[in-house]
Amino acid sequence: MNIESQDFYTQAILSMSALVGLTSFLMLGQGRLLRLIFVFALQGLLLTLTTGLCAYSLDNPHLYISAVLTFSLKVIFIPWMLQKQVLDMNMHRDVEALKNNTSVMLSGASLMVFSYYVLQPIIHTSSMIMLNALAVSLSVVLLGLLLMISHRQAVAHVVGFMSIENGLFFAAIVSTNGMPMVVELGVAFDVLVAAVLFGIFFLHIRTSIDSLDVDLMNKLHEVDK
Amino acid sequence: MNWLMAIIQTALFVALAPLLMGFLKFCKCLLQNRSAPSFLQPYRDLLKLTRKQPVISEDASWLFCVAPYLIFTAMILAASVVPFIAIDLPTSAEADVIVLVGFFAFARFFLALAGLDIGTAFGGMGSSREMTISSLAEPAMLMAVFTLTMTASTTNLSGAIEHVIQEGLILRPSFVFALFALILVAIAETGRIPVDNPSTHLELTMIHEAMILEYSGRHLALIEWASALKLMLYGVLISNIFFPWGMAESFTLSALGYGLLAIVSKLIVLCVFLALAETAVAKMRLFRVQEYLGFAYLLGVLGMLSHIILESTR
Amino acid sequence: MIAVYSLLLLSAAGIVFFALSGHKDNIGKFNTRINGISLLITVILAMTVFNQGTLLSSGKAFLIDSFNVYLIVLTAFVGFTTSLFSEPYMAHEIELGKLTQSRLKLYYSMYQGFMLAMYLVLTTNNMGIMWVAMEGATLATVLLVSLYRTPESIEAAWKYFILCGVGIAQALFGTILLYYAASQIGDSENALLWSVLHEHATELNPDILEIAFVFLLIGYGTKMGLVPLHNWLPDAHSEGPTPMSAVLSGLLLNDALYAVIRNKMLIDGATQNHIAGYLMMGFGLVSFLVAALFLHRQKDIKRLFSYSSIEHMGLMTFAFGIGGSLATFAGLLHMTVHSLVKSAIFVTVGHASQISGTQKMTGIRGLIKTQPKVGWGLLIGTLAIAGFPPFGVFTSEFLVLLATMHEYPWLTPFLLLGIGIAFAGLFRHVQPMVYGVKPEGKIAIKANLLPVMVHLGLALWLGLAIPHFLSDWFSQATLLISGSAL
Repeated sequence: MNIESQDFYTQAILSMSALVGLTSFLMLGQGRLLRLIFVFALQGLLLTLTTGLCAYSLDNPHLYISAVLTFSLKVIFIPWMLQKQVLDMNMHRDVEALKNNTSVMLSGASLMVFSYYVLQPIIHTSSMIMLNALAVSLSVVLLGLLLMISHRQAVAHVVGFMSIENGLFFAAIVSTNGMPMVVELGVAFDVLVAAVLFGIFFLHIRTSIDSLDVDLMNKLHEVDK
Repeated sequence: MNWLMAIIQTALFVALAPLLMGFLKFCKCLLQNRSAPSFLQPYRDLLKLTRKQPVISEDASWLFCVAPYLIFTAMILAASVVPFIAIDLPTSAEADVIVLVGFFAFARFFLALAGLDIGTAFGGMGSSREMTISSLAEPAMLMAVFTLTMTASTTNLSGAIEHVIQEGLILRPSFVFALFALILVAIAETGRIPVDNPSTHLELTMIHEAMILEYSGRHLALIEWASALKLMLYGVLISNIFFPWGMAESFTLSALGYGLLAIVSKLIVLCVFLALAETAVAKMRLFRVQEYLGFAYLLGVLGMLSHIILESTR
Repeated sequence: MIAVYSLLLLSAAGIVFFALSGHKDNIGKFNTRINGISLLITVILAMTVFNQGTLLSSGKAFLIDSFNVYLIVLTAFVGFTTSLFSEPYMAHEIELGKLTQSRLKLYYSMYQGFMLAMYLVLTTNNMGIMWVAMEGATLATVLLVSLYRTPESIEAAWKYFILCGVGIAQALFGTILLYYAASQIGDSENALLWSVLHEHATELNPDILEIAFVFLLIGYGTKMGLVPLHNWLPDAHSEGPTPMSAVLSGLLLNDALYAVIRNKMLIDGATQNHIAGYLMMGFGLVSFLVAALFLHRQKDIKRLFSYSSIEHMGLMTFAFGIGGSLATFAGLLHMTVHSLVKSAIFVTVGHASQISGTQKMTGIRGLIKTQPKVGWGLLIGTLAIAGFPPFGVFTSEFLVLLATMHEYPWLTPFLLLGIGIAFAGLFRHVQPMVYGVKPEGKIAIKANLLPVMVHLGLALWLGLAIPHFLSDWFSQATLLISGSAL
């Protein structure tokens, strides 16, 4: 089961999945918030295109609805909301100096290898070559976690969180051609509410510590000093 | 017969290299709203330099005089390894991609030594910068090329290109990554913007130019020709590995003619993109080059991982 | 089934009602009334299930069997009594100036939102909707943790949001893998329905399910407070308003454990080895011991009892991990009594901190002299949660010890050690708070301690003599979960 023997759509979907993984890496290296949000929107766009391709090649109309949902939420609404917040709070001029950029990138690559290793037994259960992209989706989830760890800005944390959701959505598309519609809608609703709540939170954090640097929120200790 | 073809192809390769530079300059001038010199201007410059007597410093050793010839020879040999018009040539069938990288390294080594030879500060600075960049760029290039060779199961370039042509148009994720990695590495190795400005006159910002600051006359002509050849080599490598359609698979005249037309048009497209990139992007500060090359290496690694994860057999 | 629909609709209506009119005076009693009606509905539902057996809605969207029905009643009950407590408590908070009337709107509507999410987790048959509802419960309470808008509470809420959100995303991955395994055996329309999956459990691919269970345990375990994913719990439970701490500690942790056990039932059917059980035992035992040790270093009273929650959830996970009928029965009993006692403790703790004006334990002294009911309530509550006979916690811990000695005798010393350390830690802190010299200037406040007395009384009753219908219930649930009867 080689890539050469697959039809054009499977090849295209696999290439898109590789590009989605690339956007995850691009997000890891970004210090500027507006560019980070832009790359996140790009990831959402690639995901929408992949879903559309899947819907077309598998003839599954539910996936079109999922694609539209993803597009409106992950490409339009959430980036717009985050961008508005960044511009309102005048954070677009702050450049976060990322220390150990190289080691973060290389640990990202090792996370990709790790997720492939973890999912090997599952990928072997099916001869469908598209399942190979499941390893890429888990690595997008883990890279989202790495993004949250390596950045200090709260907006970067939100982008990481949303990219984790992107990876999960992608895993659902690749392995099972989308979750049942009711679950998809529920998850999309949760993501929407979470995004709105994050927006409210930024306001609160900003009011309380006058910056969105998460490292400054350190009043709660395990034991009082 | 094949050997004759190989020699003719290499000679054509070497002869066309300054024309590529001329065309690149033409595109850049067009974008910058200047009037461009003719395409043949690089040939005139080379001729002018050959006629002049080289001025050699008293502190120079034999290495300084010999290095340009060595560099040029290495580049000609490299040009014979890369399939230009036809795929199945004896020179490219015998040497593989690692030999190619070895030729590049050989040329770079002597260039760096020549820069150090006179003992000026700028020469040493140029050599050290060049070595830094190449030590980061070489792994990236190897990673990108190995992705290709893993797909084709051979490091031989003509074998790999044949394999790709036989498979037809297949969208491989690993090739996408390898292409971008190789483009980034090519820009770094040939000393174009955003890594190094080839037309700068500020010595402190030079990398490649700083090493050849002391050269003049026919030595300088050979070195300039060698760097033009290097740019053409990378261009041919990129276009023939990733987009090999149109290459001559037999030695009939029509196939060869069609192959020449194909490679020339691919090189024209690449030149236009390069000119656009050079005009749109500013030169990076030197300490940013490591991030840039680290990113190229990462792309190479991703290409390899994509190949293993997404494409290979169970 | 009408009971289930009306339960969910009532909570949803409650959200809308409070969103519109929550800022008016004396709105708290509507909260109590809505919760009271919910309690009645759940009791009717329980009786229906008692008579008719497992209920499955048409379209198989909702499932009520012996496992979740008593949890539903417990949720409604604790929700009701906590709302009884929160009425005067929140009024007093407004008097003290810590809250404004308009923020109460958020509080009451999110209270109902939280109850709705929990009912949905417990009643749904669809594993995907279960996930959606768990995430919904997190989202509903996140803003409540930061209700006081102090820097510490905002930090606690942010930690809660991020850690639980990320954790539960792992659970979604596990659910996707579960769905994939299920769609491999055919019917992809009903592939996420628990009842269908449970029937066909032996056909599912064990490799996929093992990996899925790891993700599910980590995901829902974050919500449960398993070490090392517990960091959000002490902060979130201590910084929010006390009714919120009571409800979070008493109910949400139970729901997360419920989700884990539902998944464990599937994995046990598919893989015939004990891997799910071993994982749960490992995490449970580590949580139990680590939390017991952490109890000693605490200086804030609510953090103290949050670590006690982590410890007990660890013990419950351990018990369910052992499997077998005795341990499962003990786990079910422990879920019930822990819920009751912990919420009672948090009620008294809330009153204690209101009397003393601080949550630091060094600032709370002589409660028995200042307001005897609160002091005695705290003392008896701590006795109950530490596992003193004859309260219910003693019975369940004893049964867990019995089961461990039976199956894994070498783990019993760890359990005994943990129980002992926790006991010492709790009493070391509670004793000076309850006894000691009465501090001046502290006056008794208007407190409704009826919930506390009812909860502790129930815990006592369950410890002494479990009523027949309840033990029948537990036995049925034990049979369902562990496959063998007591």
